[in-house]
Amino acid sequence: MSTAAEVNIGQDVQHDEHHDHEQSFISKYIFTTDHKMIGKQFLVTGIMWGIIGVGMSVIFRLQLGFPDMQMEWLRPLLGGWISESGQLDPEFYLALVTMHGTIMVFFVLTAGLSGTFSNYLIPLQVGARDMASGFMNMLSYWFFFISSVVMMTSIFIETGPAAGGWVVYPPLSALPQAIQGSQLGMTLWLVAMVFFIVSMLLGGINYITTVINLRTEGMSFSRLPLTIWSFFLTAVIGLLSFPVLFAAALLLVFDRSFGTSFYLSDIYIGGEALPNMGGSPILYQHLFWFLGHPEVYIVLLPALGITSEVIATNSRKPIFGYRAMIGSMLGITVLSFVVWAHHMFVSGLNPFLGSVFMFLTLIIAIPSAVKVFNYLTTLWKGNIIFTPATLFSIGLVSFFISGGLTGIFLGNSVIDIQLHDTYFVVAHFHLVMGSLSVFGLLAGVYHWFPKMFGRMMDEKLGHIHFWMTFIGVYMIFFPMHYIGIAGFPRRYYSWTNFDAFSAYTDLNMFVSIAAFVTVAAQFLFLFNFFYSMYRGKKAPQNPWRSNTLEWTAPIIPEHGNWPGEIPKVYRWPYDYSKPGAKEDFIPQHIPLSQTPESNLEHEVELAKKEVVGKTADAKSNT
Amino acid sequence: MFNLAIGLGVVLLLAILFLIFRISSLISVAKGNTNKIETSSNKINGAMFIVFLVGTGFLFFWYSFKEFDNYNLPVASEHGSEYEFLFWITMAVTGVVFVLTQFLLFYFSWKYQYKENTKALFYPENNKLEIIWTFVPAVVLAILVFTGWRVWTDITAPAPENTNNIEIMGYQFAWGVRYPGLDGELGNTDYRVIEATNSFGIDFNDKASYDDFIPREMHIPKGEPVTFNIRARDVLHSVFAPHFRLKMDAVPGMPTSFTFTATKTTEEMREELNDPEFNYEIACTEVCGRGHYSMKLTLIVDEPEEYMEWYAEQESFLKRNPEYLSKVPTELKEVALLKTGIEN
Ligand code: HEM
Ligand SMILES: [Cu+2]
Ligand SMILES: [Cu+2]
Repeated sequence: MSTAAEVNIGQDVQHDEHHDHEQSFISKYIFTTDHKMIGKQFLVTGIMWGIIGVGMSVIFRLQLGFPDMQMEWLRPLLGGWISESGQLDPEFYLALVTMHGTIMVFFVLTAGLSGTFSNYLIPLQVGARDMASGFMNMLSYWFFFISSVVMMTSIFIETGPAAGGWVVYPPLSALPQAIQGSQLGMTLWLVAMVFFIVSMLLGGINYITTVINLRTEGMSFSRLPLTIWSFFLTAVIGLLSFPVLFAAALLLVFDRSFGTSFYLSDIYIGGEALPNMGGSPILYQHLFWFLGHPEVYIVLLPALGITSEVIATNSRKPIFGYRAMIGSMLGITVLSFVVWAHHMFVSGLNPFLGSVFMFLTLIIAIPSAVKVFNYLTTLWKGNIIFTPATLFSIGLVSFFISGGLTGIFLGNSVIDIQLHDTYFVVAHFHLVMGSLSVFGLLAGVYHWFPKMFGRMMDEKLGHIHFWMTFIGVYMIFFPMHYIGIAGFPRRYYSWTNFDAFSAYTDLNMFVSIAAFVTVAAQFLFLFNFFYSMYRGKKAPQNPWRSNTLEWTAPIIPEHGNWPGEIPKVYRWPYDYSKPGAKEDFIPQHIPLSQTPESNLEHEVELAKKEVVGKTADAKSNT
Repeated sequence: MFNLAIGLGVVLLLAILFLIFRISSLISVAKGNTNKIETSSNKINGAMFIVFLVGTGFLFFWYSFKEFDNYNLPVASEHGSEYEFLFWITMAVTGVVFVLTQFLLFYFSWKYQYKENTKALFYPENNKLEIIWTFVPAVVLAILVFTGWRVWTDITAPAPENTNNIEIMGYQFAWGVRYPGLDGELGNTDYRVIEATNSFGIDFNDKASYDDFIPREMHIPKGEPVTFNIRARDVLHSVFAPHFRLKMDAVPGMPTSFTFTATKTTEEMREELNDPEFNYEIACTEVCGRGHYSMKLTLIVDEPEEYMEWYAEQESFLKRNPEYLSKVPTELKEVALLKTGIEN
């Protein structure tokens, strides 16, 4: 099949520089410094968190769709959070929403997506033996693990986990007397997030260093696959914004435990006036969203990078506008830092600042639009093979359009007056951030599963999984736009207290049922994932006939990735269906001088210069 | 027993599904089509995109038209109509882009699905196209932003001199309202003197506070500017009056405000909607704890004359709670007695 690639591997294998020293179970699977295993650790932990986070959404969708339902049967699971009369406790509802948001945004779509694929793909695609610092990389996972344990513990304590929304705005999150979740649960939330931030910083430094320093010969920045560009920029965003969240959390810790007044002022609660004066809750909001908005792109960019790669490979076409794609990602990276206050249009912010942030916010829509047009043009006149990964990538582009366009409403400060904190926002971010990134994650898993586990996932199940999930996601989140335009506020346990919000019980029921079906469909994926890991078809060397370097490594790469020398790179990663070429793909490690029949004009010149390196290469191979 | 039966049923179902899966994958191995691109399933997936496009496209238009009156709340404020205008302009622009791009996405997916013996077009870039689709959205967005910005500066402009100041205070889990009384000026407050009766923390050192009243019901006049002076006593809350297209956070330690003009009385709205029970409502849209979902305040919009009448009838806080006279500094006692109307 992939003739060129196999030839090269064949040569490499003749090398007798053997890497596979025996490793103990612990150093291979647990305290491993191999980026591939660390990637898998992030993936499996992320999937586990995904099950919990989605499970929570099932419980609160039960409440929202069927408010009168008897929940007695959940008592074995939730205990005292089910009231005497068999109803869900309203405070626990808030705790569920908060944990669902925190888990989904940070643990699944930051650690699970970026952690998995940055770790797994960066060394393999840039041609490195491992990350710059394997040890720091290991620490990164284990800090994440500690964070996970702490967050998990908080779910089971008596006063319940944090319950002030995933943004944990003070004073609610600062005052233990305001809500039970702000007692021990909130402390654990803060501790967990501190560990989480440390983990992300350790990982991010590694990704950046590796991309800058460890690229193989010939892998210039203008030849990097878009996946790597996206992981790289994601890490840059994370490195610049997570420390600010750290600061916000630290000040909150001080306010909670040491009597400071960073965020607190003029408060009378529980029958007493607190001594705190001069603080500002708005300060916290600025600090939080300085991370919070870039965070959206931290979960988004890797998904878009994966999509670029999958769509190009499977439509057998170069990604359209490679440089424009990089440019728009750079634009998004920079702009993502100057739009945060669009979450605060009605927080009491100075209206002039509001106008500034409205301008900046709508500017960021432009690079996003460019990306969509480029994806569409990549599909145009392609020869598209619908692997499950392709389907999920196309679905992702659809969500990017749907959710991106509603962003234009919310970025307009006037329209945001009405829509802020309603279900319109819930619809918006679930499409553009939640579902989009989950689809990126799934596309990545389907696409790189053969590399990760040396086996194929079942295609048919993948197809069914896609269609159920794709239709399901639209059936869950599209109706929420109507509910939101009608003004239904979010984080509401029930709407029946208000005449204005008492319609749409039928639509809410429909949404909940759609959610249950969609969640059920995910078991197809779980089954496919774990079953294929052991019983799937054996993967060929290059199952998708792809150009990037990871497919030149052995089917199951050892620690060190390539048994022989690391392949050199001679071209960009998107030489698909090049006119004149024998095959419809030319991998990156094939020298231009070997493909005179398909070289473009400027490549003819390059090919001539290449020869020197080639002979040297040939020598070392004999 | 019943649970057991359900459990068994589920297990059985899963077993059957698993069997089907095994058999079908064994068949595909036997057929030996493992390495070929499966054109049959490729065709089905391609066709599904068209089915999806048509199906959901139909649902989207049908539901949007059918439900229009249900999700589009009637407008009852001056700036509300401007909001509506902006909202629907944005809807029109994004709607066109939405339909067009989704159509292209699914159409291309179907049209350019894999065919043996065809080769994709090698088409890596076209700078002219990139420039066009950077500039066109930029211009469209600039227009949207600019119209938005003009309305925004209008809405957030400082309140006019003659506005009706009303204070709304959020606390766990209700709203309190305070009117300035006949002097038209809200008296100072101090959170340190709050207790059960003086729940606003009215500061009796300030003359302006003596005629302030805290009514049972909230009224506002139609056709006159009204300013909500918004604050919170404990945690964040947010005042949301959907029919007025009004929302503003209530922040402890940082007073906020929102000025608007109501255009329809409660009575008029009842007639328009043909619903004699209708009332304007204020909800809380910033999570504030257990009772967040029940922080309701009913708001009545009157004709200006009715409003004046109602306003004049209200008794000041001090008159209703004369024990607080003891908090009034001696030199101001007389003023207090006069302003509250306790002695005349
Ligand atoms: C089956 C899938 C999902 C369903 C049915 C679902 C449903 C919901 C609903 C109904 C809410 C609003 C609850 C309320 O405001 O009272 C919510 C909140 C939220 N969801 Fe999801 N969700 C799902 C998946 C996701 C994913 C994949 C993400 C990833 C970004 C996500 C992130 C969030 C966040 C950040 C919030 C806000 C939490 C807060 O208000 O503090 N959800 N979800
Ligand atoms: Cu944002
Ligand atoms: Cu509230």
